[in-house]
Amino acid sequence: MLSDTGFVLSQADGRPMYLQIIEQIRQRIAVGDWPAGEQLPSIRQLATDLGVSVITIKRAYFELEREGVILTQHGKGSIVANGANVGSRIHEQDLAKHLEQVARIGALLGLTPKEIQARLREALERLTATGKERT
Amino acid sequence: MSDVALKLDGVGKHYKFFELDDVRLELPHGHIMGFIGPNGAGKSTTIRILMGLVHQDRGEVTVLGHRMPEDQAAAKWDIGFASEDMRLYNEATLDWHLRFVRSIFPSWDEQYAQLLLKRFDLKPAQHIKGLSHGQRTKAALLLVLARRPRLLILDEPTTGLDPVARHEILRELTDVMSDDRRSILFSSHNTQDVEQISDQITFIDRGRIIDSRDKETFIDRWRRIRVELPSGIQMPALTGVIDIQQSGRLAVATTNAFDGVMPRAYEAAGIHVHAVENMTLEEIFVQNVQHSREGEHA
Repeated sequence: MLSDTGFVLSQADGRPMYLQIIEQIRQRIAVGDWPAGEQLPSIRQLATDLGVSVITIKRAYFELEREGVILTQHGKGSIVANGANVGSRIHEQDLAKHLEQVARIGALLGLTPKEIQARLREALERLTATGKERT
Repeated sequence: MSDVALKLDGVGKHYKFFELDDVRLELPHGHIMGFIGPNGAGKSTTIRILMGLVHQDRGEVTVLGHRMPEDQAAAKWDIGFASEDMRLYNEATLDWHLRFVRSIFPSWDEQYAQLLLKRFDLKPAQHIKGLSHGQRTKAALLLVLARRPRLLILDEPTTGLDPVARHEILRELTDVMSDDRRSILFSSHNTQDVEQISDQITFIDRGRIIDSRDKETFIDRWRRIRVELPSGIQMPALTGVIDIQQSGRLAVATTNAFDGVMPRAYEAAGIHVHAVENMTLEEIFVQNVQHSREGEHA
């Protein structure tokens, strides 16, 4: 599903639609496409663009507002929140979330903390290796 | 102007083999409601009552501030209605139909009609009898949409359409919603369509409304919890869990009132929680119908 904002939603993605929208907005902010102070599309506009319900977009904006990523002023719509490092803060939150998952799945597999650390190191090494190949 | 687009209160209708019982529904302005139910659940009967085509035996029906069925002539200027069994004139062209509807409704938007002809890939000069099922459905919908009515009531608008046509129609419906004074009620078997574009969702089964709320609440409250039971430990009964499937040491609990304390309650009982999963609207619908039918039997 393409729209004017360039958002692409996946129906095969198991997560609720509002979470996908939150993620795409966070990404746009994180990579700097949407700088602080940038006006977000109105709720109705984005709903129409994406072909999803108004309540889904409302929910996404509500969560982003609660996390301090965007600011909503009554009658003026929403803007990307101020704060020089919104981008890195989003990456930070993402990282924390994923690390938590790593810890949880590792425990599920019965790995010791040492083994989990080793696996993480391996992943890092693989990433640097492929990075070198490309350059 | 009333604050809701439509309202049914305690509406009932008796037929020999079917009873519509105590239907309560409310759709605020600017919202899309998806109306879901199995075959024969009472969707079309409810919609016909809303349109004044069937008169209820009891209960109050208000549509755009008009009492139905008494006030139906006045209400219908602002309602666009399309249903599967709606017929166009086989011997006439689509263009004839366009001119006919335009001559009746002052709200007709010719520019929009032309745009929809292009988007739906329809040829005005074509006779209705030469159209495929999908083209007829799109033609009927075009005639309704171009009037720009404040309320759209659509009975199965996407049934029998190919994926491309379905997508076009859903897109047109969400486009309507860029105007927050307009509202849509549409019935469907296709839960994916409903999940995508609805703000409000209503489930009906066997002539009764079994659940009606906003979509996000629906999706939020239903969860599947996958757990592993250490030997000798039974699944505790938690309030809000409506179904437990167990095989060996693995169990899956389904809840319609999810709360973050549930997984913790299982953990506290020594049960290992593997995953808490979201459910699709289709899964929720099937569980909901089964749960409500079991309740009736009990």
